Order: sequence, then structure tokens, then C-alpha cells
Amino acid sequence: MLETSLCGVTMKSPVIAASGTFGFGLEYADYVDLNKVGAISVKGLSLQPRRGNDGRRICETPSGMLNCIGLENPGVQVFVQDILPQLQQYDVPVMANISGASVGEYGEMAAILDRDGIDFLEVNISCPNVQNGCLAFGVDCASAAAVTDIVKKNTTKPVIVKLTPNVTDITEVAKAVEAAGADGISLINTLLGMAIDVDTWKPLMGNRFGGLSGPAVKPVAVRMVYQVAQAVSIPVVGMGGIMTGRDAAEFMLAGATAVSVGTATLADPRAIAHITTELEAYGRDKGLQHISDIVGKCQ
Amino acid sequence: MAGIEALGTVVDNHLIGPDVYRMELAVPEIAAAAQPGTFVHLQLTGGSSHILRRPFGIAGADTTHGTITVIYRLVGEGTRLMAALPNGSTLSCLGPLGRGFTLTDKPAVLIGGGTGMAPLLFLADRLGGRNTTVIVGGKTASEVFWTDWLSQGRVLATTDDGTAGHKGFAVDILAEAIQAAGAAMVYACGPQIMMEKAAAIAAECGCSCEVSLESYMGCGTGGCLGCVVDGRDGKRYKVCHDGPVFPAEEVFFHA
Repeated sequence: MLETSLCGVTMKSPVIAASGTFGFGLEYADYVDLNKVGAISVKGLSLQPRRGNDGRRICETPSGMLNCIGLENPGVQVFVQDILPQLQQYDVPVMANISGASVGEYGEMAAILDRDGIDFLEVNISCPNVQNGCLAFGVDCASAAAVTDIVKKNTTKPVIVKLTPNVTDITEVAKAVEAAGADGISLINTLLGMAIDVDTWKPLMGNRFGGLSGPAVKPVAVRMVYQVAQAVSIPVVGMGGIMTGRDAAEFMLAGATAVSVGTATLADPRAIAHITTELEAYGRDKGLQHISDIVGKCQ
Repeated sequence: MAGIEALGTVVDNHLIGPDVYRMELAVPEIAAAAQPGTFVHLQLTGGSSHILRRPFGIAGADTTHGTITVIYRLVGEGTRLMAALPNGSTLSCLGPLGRGFTLTDKPAVLIGGGTGMAPLLFLADRLGGRNTTVIVGGKTASEVFWTDWLSQGRVLATTDDGTAGHKGFAVDILAEAIQAAGAAMVYACGPQIMMEKAAAIAAECGCSCEVSLESYMGCGTGGCLGCVVDGRDGKRYKVCHDGPVFPAEEVFFHA
């Protein structure tokens, strides 16, 4: 029912653990059978280690949350040497999520990660929480294409480009990365948001702004997945506020070949397992042979 | 160790101090595993309007009756919803999470203020009263009600205005309490400034010191890096996973 092929990689389910919400996967091995997860998109990696942002990083908002972690991670070398070997004990596709401060850094990371144990690259051109780079690449078609191009030239792995919703027309960026050779597109990264403490008159978040995620963004995400799936012919990974199997089905109906679960894991460390089970039950209830039968069926 | 996710039933939920509530939840699996200093991550509703759990230091665990206690102050919408829960309501509980206090057989002083007292109640209970001194600090008499919940060991109170116990801050009488008890260990939980001063005094007296930190958390399970604090030598610690209890020198290195 659930077996899914994404950019030529076979996954046991279309439900992926979203980057930044599942650590490196190992943190959740006691909660979830990692061997049953569709794929794990690891915490966003940068070329050098990053300490992330100071101050408050998390804030709940109505039906959602803001975060401004700021890409804290040990750097791609430590990931490759110390973390990846542990992850390779599990039979689960690994998506290396990368962020660069320059086009060149994306290329360097792609080359370092072109190795056994990595199944996909997810190119983050959409993190709203770091000062230089990243989001800037995702809001401009030429930059987005340049990043995609250099990553493709430095890897043999399928390249999935993760897009930001913080643009006027996301289909333009989607078409630009497809033309530059992207094998797939994932969306949406978080919506740039803000919360203010009305008692202290100061921003709640340490980095002033944060990325909004959770059920609050789901209708925006479904709309964008629908638009992008119509605009490109490469597979789309949909995400944004998926809390249940029915939410996952909604994204697939909009045109997503696979889906990612993020904020739900913060509320329930077993969310991905529950959502996978629910999606399978949904498929059975609808009399489907295979869950992929619903992809793009909302017209 | 991974936390246990289980449905807890509210068996007690009432006001015990100014804006402070005590909730007892029947959740035997977590009660059996709880250790002082660990926390439980509570989910408020089955709906999606409040999606994140709320972390609370465990204030007591009764393994006979299978209950845990959390003590919380009304600070926002979430805690107001909690306060409205009648007995018999259920909450999804995830816990015990985090690294708790290192229990000692040697004389120890526990020092706390505000809801920071909550995990210290559990610690005092498990240390069993032999050789323990607990210092409860508050602004005024109504804030040191915690002493009513301490049945073990020597209990001292301080108030800023002198309406109960010693007039002054809790840390003002820490050195004397350490010396009187011949303490080898200080455990602190409360406002950051209180913990930093307590740690400095403990160090001067040659005592080890553990502090329990508070941080805004996302997952509570080490996955999101929402609660990270600076550690000594450039380290970053996840309060939820590496703490919330730390050796003071690991997190107050610049003090």
C-alpha cells in the first residue's frame, strides 16, 4: 500500500521525517522504528559547525509555532564521520539537508556528501533564520537555479530543492530549479513570522523573526503544493502542518508524491509512526491498491 | 532513556499558593520511572490549537498509588486551561524526560524559589530527610507556602520583606546552612540569579552544586534544539536532554 518511489529511491512509505524536527534520527530510535520511516531528512547541515541563534528559539502560536533555531549543527564533516555511520545501521533512506552561505559552499557540501549512506540531497534554499545566504537563494529564480546547478554538478544523488513560501509566486522558483536540473522539489519551508510580548514590548523570539509551522500553515502549504505540482513535472514532497494520516492524504491529493512530518513530531515523538499507520488505513478505507493512486487526484 | 507516553488522569488539581496549583496525575508507568529533577511533558488538549507540550519538573512520585505531581503557576493560556481541568480529566503525559539530580548520601542543602521549589520537593522526599536542609525563598510570607509540603529534613524560609522566616534572600543564609549541615552538595532550582549566586557560594564552601535550568522547549526529546543553552568550553547543551539538571560549573562558567 505505502511503498513509494521518490526520484528513483524506493521508500517503505511516503512519510518522511522533516529536517530540523527529528534530529539526526538517532534521537528518536527509542520512540519510532526507524526502519519503517519513509526517509529521514537530517537536521540542516552547513559546511562549518554553527552554534545557532541566541535567545528564545521556540514560541507556540495559535495552531502552530515559531522557531528561530538558526541551523545549529556540528557541520558536514562531523556528520559524515560520527553520525552517518550510526544512521547506516538502520534500513532507512537518508536525506542530507544542506544550507550554504554561498553557491560554492553548496557545491562543496554536495561533493562531501556524495557517498554511501546518503540517498538524497535536500537543498535548503529557504531557511528564514540565518543572517547570510539561504533564504536569499530561495527568493530569486537565478540564485535558486545557480545553487541547484552546482549541487547537481557535484553529486550523483537525487537532488531535491526545498522551497520557501516567502515569495510572490512559488511556481516561478519551482520552474527555475527544475530547469536547472533538480530531481524533485520539497515545500514548504516555514513562513516568516513574528510574535511580540505586549508586556515587555519586545519580540518574543531571540532572532526577532521566526519560521511559522504547524497546522496554522497547512492551507497555505496545500495550495502551494497544488500549484507547484501543476507547474513542474518532477516529483514534489509536500509538508506544512501534517498532523494526521488524512492531512498526509490531502497533500498527496494536491500532487505530492511523498510528504514530510515536522512540527507534529515535536508534539508527539511517535507522530510519524501514527501518521503512517493512519495513511495506510485511509488507503484501505478508500479501497486503494496503492496510496500513490491518489497523487494529484484533486483537479 | 526515552520517555514513556501515557494517558494521565487528574486526581487532584487545586490552588496551593498565589496563582500556584498542584496537580496530581494517575499515570503509574511514569510514576514508577520518575527520578528527582526529571520532567514530564504534558499535552493540553486533544485538539490542535495548542500543539506544543508543556514541560513541568516532577514535584513528586507516589509509586504506591501510581501518581505524579506537578506544581505550576498561572502564566498564560496553557496553564489557565490546566487549572480548569476537573478530577477525572485525562492528559497525554510524556516522561520522565531529561537528566535529574545526582542523589547523595552525604549532607546536602536544597535551595529554591518560586516554582523552582517543585522539583526540590521530590528531591527532598527521595533524599529522605536524613542530612538534608531545605531553604525556601520568597518575596513575602504567602510565597513560602512550600514549607507546608516539606515533611523531611530541616526546613528554613526567607522572605525579602521579613514577613516569614529570615529577612533577606535565600542565598543570604546558604553559607551558614552549608556549614551547619557540613554539606557536601548543594541543589538549586529557581530564578537564574539565585542559582548563579548559590553556585558561587557552594563553590566557596567547597561543595558540589547542581542546578536545574528552565528553558522554552519544543519537543522535550532532543530533536529540535529549541531549548539549547551555552555550556563551558564552547559547548551547547540541550536543556531537555542533557539537563535540565547540570553541574553548576558546566552552565555558569562565566559567572
